[in-house]
Amino acid sequence: MEDLVRIRDLTVRFHTYEGVVYAIDDLDLDIRQGETLGIVGETGSGKTMTALAILRLIPYPGRIESGSIVFFDKGLRSELELLKLSEDKMRSIRGCKISMVFQEPGSALNPVYTIGDQISEVYLLHQRQELGRQAKRRIDSLLGNGGTLAASIKRPFWRWQSRLYNKIAEGSNPLEPRILSHIPLFRRLLWRLKDEAGLLTVSMLKDVEIPDPDRVAGRYPHELSGGMKQRAVIAMALACSPELLIADEPTTSLDVTIQAQMLELFRRIKADRGASVLFITHNLGVAAEVCDRVAVMYAGRLCEVAGVEEIFLHPMHPYTKALLEAVPMPGKELQTIPGALADAFNPPPGCRFHPRCPSAMPTCQHERPKLKEVAKDHMVACYLY
Amino acid sequence: MSDWRFTARQLAKNPLSLTGVVIIAIFIIIAIFAPLIAPTPAGQLNSYMIPRDGYWAEPQPPSAAHILGTTQGQYDIFYGVVWGARSAFRVALVVMSITLLIGIVLGSLAGYFGGVLDEILMRITDIFLAFPWLILAMALVVVLGPGLKSVMIALIVVWWPSYARLIRGDILQVREEDYVEAARGLGASSGRVIIRHVLPNAIYPALIMASLDIGAVVLSAAALSFLGLGAPEGYADWGQMTQFAQNWIVGPLDNPLKYWYAVIIPGLFILFFVLGWNLLGDAFRDIFDPRLARR
Repeated sequence: MEDLVRIRDLTVRFHTYEGVVYAIDDLDLDIRQGETLGIVGETGSGKTMTALAILRLIPYPGRIESGSIVFFDKGLRSELELLKLSEDKMRSIRGCKISMVFQEPGSALNPVYTIGDQISEVYLLHQRQELGRQAKRRIDSLLGNGGTLAASIKRPFWRWQSRLYNKIAEGSNPLEPRILSHIPLFRRLLWRLKDEAGLLTVSMLKDVEIPDPDRVAGRYPHELSGGMKQRAVIAMALACSPELLIADEPTTSLDVTIQAQMLELFRRIKADRGASVLFITHNLGVAAEVCDRVAVMYAGRLCEVAGVEEIFLHPMHPYTKALLEAVPMPGKELQTIPGALADAFNPPPGCRFHPRCPSAMPTCQHERPKLKEVAKDHMVACYLY
Repeated sequence: MSDWRFTARQLAKNPLSLTGVVIIAIFIIIAIFAPLIAPTPAGQLNSYMIPRDGYWAEPQPPSAAHILGTTQGQYDIFYGVVWGARSAFRVALVVMSITLLIGIVLGSLAGYFGGVLDEILMRITDIFLAFPWLILAMALVVVLGPGLKSVMIALIVVWWPSYARLIRGDILQVREEDYVEAARGLGASSGRVIIRHVLPNAIYPALIMASLDIGAVVLSAAALSFLGLGAPEGYADWGQMTQFAQNWIVGPLDNPLKYWYAVIIPGLFILFFVLGWNLLGDAFRDIFDPRLARR
């Protein structure tokens, strides 16, 4: 399978008053076309930072120090180096080619706008031309029919509107609509763009299985339940049919039955749209349920990457094994991993897991294990192999 | 449409805010219809100058010619308070809207972008806040020359820093919300994020404070007028009318309340104006905030 995203030597550091935090250290990771890649790991292991680095939204004072993230754009059939793109170009990719579902559906929606408004915004930001084309078609059909008096009076206005929307559809930021959209009252003349976006929004909401999408589009976030909000957030992320959907613990704050529905939804979306999904979770059960491949992270580094069955049946890295041991099982005493997550300011030298590792060797203390392929499609960073 | 119904219901639910709306509505009517309520005498060019009936000092009690009597210098009190409503609205709205505008622009720049810009802008507001506001306002009016315009400028200068502060604080808080991150993740530019996502969530405290502060602005303008730094003599302005009454608060020994009308009538107008805006501030909170249930 082709790679959609290729991350090489990615290093993210936070320069804080207390010192430098090594959030991500020399990460190599591929996301393939049409797959669901899970990233699992403890809190603070750098899962979310990896996702934000792909979108180039690392919050201040964090910085991407080095590395490369190559994104294969199916539409343009070209490879883009995301870390070298201009901010403008990057903005056109965010939400359009790569979009993200955030952890808390409650706080990922702006409380002062209706669901419909917020999803429409994505269309208005990224699909202006398409909306313009739709609007023009609608006006042209109005121009076509009707010989009534009212229609013939309105005709010149419609002609002008048709020309206007045609300009938008042809793209490259034409002058007339651009001026109009900056003048408060005249902005209303472009209302058809909003209408078209609204129609797309309703069909998108229907797509994520929201009952009664017309009504829900007019609702404010606080009027919806957690599961509905999460569906709306997913609809927002999917609005422009992205090639990569990043889901940052999308099920963590939902109850178990809703979680199951969400996982089903993700599976269906992937099957329908052929998008790749980067699924971040700390719940191994969820990862086993939806992912094709799983990457295990510890303290900003990758420990192990393998197919989902492989990693659950034959875990190799001591950390992966310990994680799987720590899954609660009825009738079995809960196992924990001894020690605490590595100090982010002063990570241990060598393999970062060695202070907690049951099979640590002297080399582990000062030499960093490289990621190597030990079986087909199974990469491990450990001196045991 | 449902928004209007929601607004009406919110108002009806809270009798105090309804009172505020009624009071301010009455003042708006007075201000708009001032030429009908208190017609300008024929031949007078500037309607804002109070017509006077003679030049002697002692205020005269209400009579047929002067419904609410005359104040010191024989200025007609009724004409003064009616046209004074216009001055009050002008001062209050101009000062408040410019203050809000400055506060919003500087506050959101400082709050959203942070860093050096924030540091510079906030130190400038610190400098302004370090002065006692009344002294600074008086000094400014004296430098600019007394007059309503100077009073407005002075009040804007002393008022904006607290708004810049307030808005910056709220923006700092909202900036960290997930939906702001989400909006950036969806490809919105900084300007769009500020205007569409951050400000609408951060501005309510400032709007509510502004509606409460409108009363305070009128009071401060009245205070400056009372100190003789406001409108030119004879200009319809409530603050100045209280200044005229300064010497007539207590009447002669046998009748200490003899000149009550000179003091109480302009005072009541100021009182109700301020009270109305304060009550309206509460109403605004109930109406504006979409996070409150709209059902």
